[in-house]
Amino acid sequence: MRTLLLALLLLPNLTHASELQGLLDSYRANAGEAFSAERGATLWQSTWPGAEGTRQCADCHGADLRRSGRHAKTGKTIEPLAPSANPQRLTQRSEMEKWLLRNCKWTLGRPCSDQEKGDLLTYLSTQ
Amino acid sequence: MRLRYPLTLTALALSLAAGLVIGDDDEHERDRQRGHSTMFRQADFSPAQDPTYRSECGGCHFAYPPGLLPARSWEALLDGLGDHFGDNAELSDAVTAQLRGYLTTQAADSAEASGRAPAVAASIPASETPLRFTATRYFQRKHHEIDPRTVHDNPQVGSLSACAACHTQADAGSFDEHQVRIPGMGRWED
Repeated sequence: MRTLLLALLLLPNLTHASELQGLLDSYRANAGEAFSAERGATLWQSTWPGAEGTRQCADCHGADLRRSGRHAKTGKTIEPLAPSANPQRLTQRSEMEKWLLRNCKWTLGRPCSDQEKGDLLTYLSTQ
Repeated sequence: MRLRYPLTLTALALSLAAGLVIGDDDEHERDRQRGHSTMFRQADFSPAQDPTYRSECGGCHFAYPPGLLPARSWEALLDGLGDHFGDNAELSDAVTAQLRGYLTTQAADSAEASGRAPAVAASIPASETPLRFTATRYFQRKHHEIDPRTVHDNPQVGSLSACAACHTQADAGSFDEHQVRIPGMGRWED
């Protein structure tokens, strides 16, 4: 019975981890190098030319990923992105795919490559 | 191979079901509380409750009630998500179609329109398709006394489009002026 309870508690986490892993696996096919948290961090901190000045991830997510951010344009609160502060993050493949598509276009002005997406997710998963 | 761990599969199904049930209870609890707080007066606009709309659109900005704009405006917005006020807000075709159904059937000029929504629709000439509620005569009539400094120069507001920055009950569809609290300025007195 105790084992069953433990399994009940742990299983959602395992399935979540596998959603992230499954997504990384799908990006790996088109990535030249092994994913790197360090490269992901560099990309995260980079600035890009935008419509009004420059853009970077922190414009909306804030400098501290463990705290809430604020949408640069609308002011809407954005919940923390670090999984250590917000366990919901990086748990749903469809969410990760959607936001990587939308936010790479917003921030970088172009879609991210699979290498970049893998690096970003690897960096974020350590936060 | 997959059936080697029937207990694991059962546990997985149970844990998923438990999550759904808990989620459902939270949902009901929120609805119940909302019902209490607005029991004695109808919401000005039926609040946006569609979960897809709330997550897809409400992820970046206030989930504007569908009754703020006529169906043709929602159509135009959904057709132009690639350049959504200067930003990319593209959605998959399936999600866009789902949102189109929700927003147009609840729009200001729809049969479902209630509260102040029909008055909004009536304020928009048939020849116009506003993309912003703030561009409607209805909105402008209600906000013409606002000093721009309290909005545009206020870092906690920034724009008249950020309804919920001042309308404390906006997410419940209530825009009563007595519930307005301008950040850094306090209660709105006209």
